[in-house]
Amino acid sequence: MNVKSFLTATTIAAVAAPAWAADKAEVEFWHAMGGQLGETTDQFAADFNAGSDSCQINSTYKGNYTENMTASIAAFRAGQQPHITQVFEVGTATMMAAGDKGAIYPVYKLMEDAGIDFDQSVYLPAVISYYTDTDNNLLSLPFNSSTPVLWYNKDALDAAGAEVPTTWDELEEVARKLKENGVAKPFSFGWQSWSNIENYSAWHNVAMGSEENGFAGLGTEFTFNNDAVVNHIQRIADMGQEGTFVYGGRRGDSRAQFVNGETALWINSSAYYGGFKKDITDFTFGQAMLPVDTAVADAPQNSIIGGATLWVLQGHEAPEYKCVAEFFQFLSSAEQQASWHQSTGYVPITTAAYDLSKEQGFYETDPMTDTAIKQLSLNEPTPASKGLRFGNFVQIRDIINEELEAVWSGEKSAKDAMDAAVERGNALLRKFENANS
Amino acid sequence: MQKRVVFRSRLLPYLLVLPQIAITVIFFFWPSYQAIESSFFIEDAFGFSREWVGLQNYFELFDDPGYLKSFRTTLIFGVSVAFLAMSIALGLAVAANRVVKAATGYRTLLIWPYAVAPALAGVMWYFMMNPSLGIVAYWLRSLGVDWNHYLNGDQALLLVIVAAAWKQISYNFLFFLAGLQSIPKSMLEAAAIDRAGPVRRFWTIVFPLLTPTTFFLLVVNLVYAFFDTFSLIHATTEGGPVDATSVLVFRVYNTGFIGQDYGSSAAQSVILMALVIGMTFVQFRYVERKVQY
Repeated sequence: MNVKSFLTATTIAAVAAPAWAADKAEVEFWHAMGGQLGETTDQFAADFNAGSDSCQINSTYKGNYTENMTASIAAFRAGQQPHITQVFEVGTATMMAAGDKGAIYPVYKLMEDAGIDFDQSVYLPAVISYYTDTDNNLLSLPFNSSTPVLWYNKDALDAAGAEVPTTWDELEEVARKLKENGVAKPFSFGWQSWSNIENYSAWHNVAMGSEENGFAGLGTEFTFNNDAVVNHIQRIADMGQEGTFVYGGRRGDSRAQFVNGETALWINSSAYYGGFKKDITDFTFGQAMLPVDTAVADAPQNSIIGGATLWVLQGHEAPEYKCVAEFFQFLSSAEQQASWHQSTGYVPITTAAYDLSKEQGFYETDPMTDTAIKQLSLNEPTPASKGLRFGNFVQIRDIINEELEAVWSGEKSAKDAMDAAVERGNALLRKFENANS
Repeated sequence: MQKRVVFRSRLLPYLLVLPQIAITVIFFFWPSYQAIESSFFIEDAFGFSREWVGLQNYFELFDDPGYLKSFRTTLIFGVSVAFLAMSIALGLAVAANRVVKAATGYRTLLIWPYAVAPALAGVMWYFMMNPSLGIVAYWLRSLGVDWNHYLNGDQALLLVIVAAAWKQISYNFLFFLAGLQSIPKSMLEAAAIDRAGPVRRFWTIVFPLLTPTTFFLLVVNLVYAFFDTFSLIHATTEGGPVDATSVLVFRVYNTGFIGQDYGSSAAQSVILMALVIGMTFVQFRYVERKVQY
């Protein structure tokens, strides 16, 4: 052995194999949970590792949802993909299309191959219907699912002598009262496409696109420039003119407004619960069901989820996939799900976890925390309310963001903006159809 | 007498330039070739299939009013950043050049921001200007300015221009200061004896002698504004609101990495590359004539 090959050999040995991990199958798990949620997620992996003598899950935070998805796809193209990656709901169509080409290991098949007893019916229908194929097989494991709710600042409402609004007309009234009572930015929301177009549509049983919101085929076209949505967006724009609504940025950027008391009515994910419980100390907050637009429907239908699921990528060894299957089983157990639900505000993904939370008295000590789950299971989902499956939807959401921002700043009317968003969105849908058929 | 190095071996000169050529080929020509190639295809995200579409990606771009608007935004952004960063740096350099006591201290402080990573600088400005949390936004409000760059496109553009320029001032300062120090004292003294005031001395002697530095910085600053400001915009406004701060390089990222539309993203990179090559050419061809070496 000459010096060079000796050096190479030792380097490889040093890099590739820490001695303690040699007999454990290692699984890479990339997620997009930052802050407190990230700690909880890493804790899941640590707890699982502690209880397993054959598996080691390496849980890594890879940035926000978009960044993690992009990183995973780039890694796949380079042949360095993780075993498990967390993808948000709007990336579902992209992942499914990749599944047809063999990039994805569907969860139902993973469980079957690993010989793990897997009963899909224990999962909440409103949660898994978003992630099943046409034969009702589960493709990815729901991990964190939430739905938008109406967060309110109880102290501010009491001070203004107002009740929690249940309809949009009431919400407008209440916002006005709050403004008069010195609340600077009475109403706001986050994830605007999700909360005010996608969920607004489902909540009132109005389709957002043709072909069952994309579930029935790639030929789907957007229809959210309908009167219901346009009038709704115009209403919010008018509130903006009046000063009772103040836009606070994309995603969760407006959270700060609610926490520091500038905003008293805020529509966003139920999953802000964990953070609010920790961060809001100087007022009482609560959550309520989304308001109903009585001009569109008398009663609400059901809301749809947001959040993310765990996708398994192809290209690794069988023992490692067995570990993935065991980890998924661990994550779905009622104890883990109930503790996740109670500490974060995400909905439990199984009925058992919901029942366990009830038994543990969680909804008595933390009232209204079941708002999200009640909203999701309010009615049997219809084709217009079971979810969305649009290709290129990550980009389309950005288009919707842009067009809505043009409305909030007064550059465009709601009608013009929605027409433009539909037109630009349809162009991307066609592009996706071409690239994937 | 002519200076000339004669290599005895024919191979040696080629060997000596080889590393530089290799770097250029690997890090410039190869990626550029790949960008040009993928701009003629439509590809799915995971890279399983690609379809030849000719110039379709380019046609779509020029049909998109948003893309055309992005040119305007980029131009405003680039010129403002370069102008702001260079004029402030020149002012500071002239001032620092006159300081007698603790000159090194001042200089170190002025050069400091250059060590801040662009993304970090972005986050810092983001916090200072955040309409709900930011201290500067709070001061502005008490002055009666309704600051909300989430909604107001002009304010957002102003924010990224100021942040990008702030980051570049140190670099420019360094070069201007070096340039100022190389100006012969005797010339300035002679002018002073001829009763030329400080302002007159600056415009007739100092500034013309600084033109090589200024020209170099102009090229560097424009390239900086066009390419290197991506992480800053990414960390502050993400191209919004609407598309007010969506400069060309940010669109390349957005289309390619967020949208996984590699074909269109590659076409945008090619256009951007052509633009910068063209601009640099124009600068060397025409602006450089005014430079006095």
